[in-house]
Amino acid sequence: MKTDQIWANEEQAVFALRRLYQRCGYTPYKMSQFEEYDLYVRNKDFLISDRIITFSGEGGKLMALKPDVTLSIVKNAPETPRVVQKVYYSENVYRDYREIMQAGLECVGDLTRYDIAEVVLLAVKSLALLGGRYVLDISHMGLLAAVLERCGFDEEKKKQAMGCLRRKNTHDLKALCGENHGAWECLQALSACRGGAEALDALRPYLTAPSEQQAVGELEALLGILKASGYEAQVRLDFSVSNDLGYYSGVVFRGYLEGIPESILSGGQYDKLPRKMGRKSKAIGFAVYADLLQELYREKNPFDVDTLILHDGSVSLTELTAAAAAAAKDGSVLVAASVPNGRSWKKLIRFEKGGQVL
Amino acid sequence: MNDWINIALPKGRLGEKAYGMLKNSGYECPAIHDPGRKLIFENPEKRVRYFWVKPSDVAIYVERGAADLGIVGKDILLEYEPEVYELLNLKMGKCRMAVAGKKDFRDPVGQTLKVATKFPNITRNFYAGKCRDIDIIHLNGSIELAPILGLSHVIVDIVETGTTLKENNLTVYEEIVPISARLIANVASYQFKDEAINTIRARLEEQVN
Repeated sequence: MKTDQIWANEEQAVFALRRLYQRCGYTPYKMSQFEEYDLYVRNKDFLISDRIITFSGEGGKLMALKPDVTLSIVKNAPETPRVVQKVYYSENVYRDYREIMQAGLECVGDLTRYDIAEVVLLAVKSLALLGGRYVLDISHMGLLAAVLERCGFDEEKKKQAMGCLRRKNTHDLKALCGENHGAWECLQALSACRGGAEALDALRPYLTAPSEQQAVGELEALLGILKASGYEAQVRLDFSVSNDLGYYSGVVFRGYLEGIPESILSGGQYDKLPRKMGRKSKAIGFAVYADLLQELYREKNPFDVDTLILHDGSVSLTELTAAAAAAAKDGSVLVAASVPNGRSWKKLIRFEKGGQVL
Repeated sequence: MNDWINIALPKGRLGEKAYGMLKNSGYECPAIHDPGRKLIFENPEKRVRYFWVKPSDVAIYVERGAADLGIVGKDILLEYEPEVYELLNLKMGKCRMAVAGKKDFRDPVGQTLKVATKFPNITRNFYAGKCRDIDIIHLNGSIELAPILGLSHVIVDIVETGTTLKENNLTVYEEIVPISARLIANVASYQFKDEAINTIRARLEEQVN
C-alpha cells in the first residue's frame, strides 16, 4: 500500500500524531468513558455541542458519556508556579448522538510564551503530518475582546459583531456599527485581514490601545516563530476564527486540509476556563477531528481491494495460496469463489481448473 | 489541486438573476441554457460549474462543501444558521420577514401567543428577545390560512409586496428583519480558493453598487 493511503487511514494518522506529541515531551492522558454530568452542564458554552448523552450512574448520580476531554484535564490542572502539565490524548467523544474519534493535546499550568508557541507549532505540524495542502488560520480572542470593548458595544452588540466577523459578513457589520465610524473602520480592517506579517502591519494603525498592542505583539512573535520554522506560507492571520469570549482569552486557531469541507483542527488559549473552575492555571490546547480524515481516504482509494482472485473451487489449495501471496506484493488481495457484492477491485485474476484465466 | 469553482444556484427567478450577474462577471456557462434534464452545467475554460438546487438546500450544499459558493436568501441563513461565510449582500430578491395577522387582531397579552410559520427558529429567536411566551405551529405552506381559520393568532412569514396578505384581509404588524439574497462560501473552500472566490465577490460587488 502506498504511503499516502496509509496516512489517509484515520487510525494511522492518530498514531502518527501521538508520536509527534510524545517527541515534544507530552505524556498520554487516558480518561474514563464517562464523567459526572455536572462538570459539563456547568461549562456548557465551552462545549461544541450541548447535546450530551446522559444516564443514571451509581446512587442515581447523573452521568454523561464524555462529549469533551479538555474539561476533565483542566479540572486537575496544576497550580504551582513554574509547573506546566503537558498531555496528549486520542479518545472517542460523544456529541449529537455520534461517536467521534479525536486526538489532541492540552498544556495547562503556569504557561510561558514558549509553551504557547510550541502548541501553535504542534498544531501546524499536525496538519503537515496529515498530508496534502493545509492552512492554519490564526486569530486572537484577547484582541477581539479589546476592540469590541473600545467600540462601546453592549453584550448583545458584541455577540452580533462576533457573528459578523465569524461569517466575514461586512455588510451586516457596517449596519451594526451605524454612525460609529471608528468602530466600523477598525472592524472592517479586522474582517478583511488575511495573510502573514504584512497583514498584521496593515492592522497596526487601528489597534492603538495598550491591550490591543499587547495582543499584536503576541501575534507578531508567533508569526515570527512560524516563519522561522518554515510554515509562513501555510499560516494566515484571519479574524473569522473565533471561540467563546467567556472562555478563550488569547490566540485561537483553526486548521484545514484540502478536500475536507470543514476545519479538521481547532484550538486556542482558554485561561478563563480554569479561572471559572476556581484554579489559577492558564491553558492552551487543540483537537484534531480524526473522523474527518475518512473523507480523504474515500477520495484517494477508489478500489476496495487491489486484486480480486476468483476461483471455482477446483483449483488446488497450494496453487491458490501461492497466487494470493504473489498478488499480495502489489497490495491487498481478496480471494473469493464468487464475485463479491458491492466491492470494487483494480485487477481481477480468475482461477479455474487447468490454470489461470485472465 | 482542484481549481474548479462549484456554484449552487437556487431554482427560480432569484437564481436566474444571480446567474445573470455571474455571467456579467465573466463566469458564463452557455450550457446552462440547454433544455433537458441535466443537473450540472460546466464551463471548463472558466473552470466553473453550476447546479440548480431547491432554494432552501443551497446553504446545505455550501456548508457541506458540495458547492464552494452559493446564492441564498437571508431568511434561510437566519433559519438554519449554517457555518458558512456570508461574503456579499446582493441586494436583490428583497423582501422582509414580518409578523402579520387579521386586521382586527389584538395581542392576547395574558395568553400564550399562537404563531404559525415556516421559520420556527427565526420566530423563536424573535419572541425570545421580547420574553413573550409563544406556541409555534410549524406549517409548510399557505401560512396565511392559519389566522383566518383561527389556527393561530399571527403568522411569521416572508412579505414581498403584501398583496396576498391584503387579499386575505391580513396586515403586517411588525417587521422582524429585511431579507435579500447573499453570496455565501464554504469555509474550507475559502482557505484554498480565496483568490478566485474574492475575484468573483469583487466583480459581483461592482454590479451591486
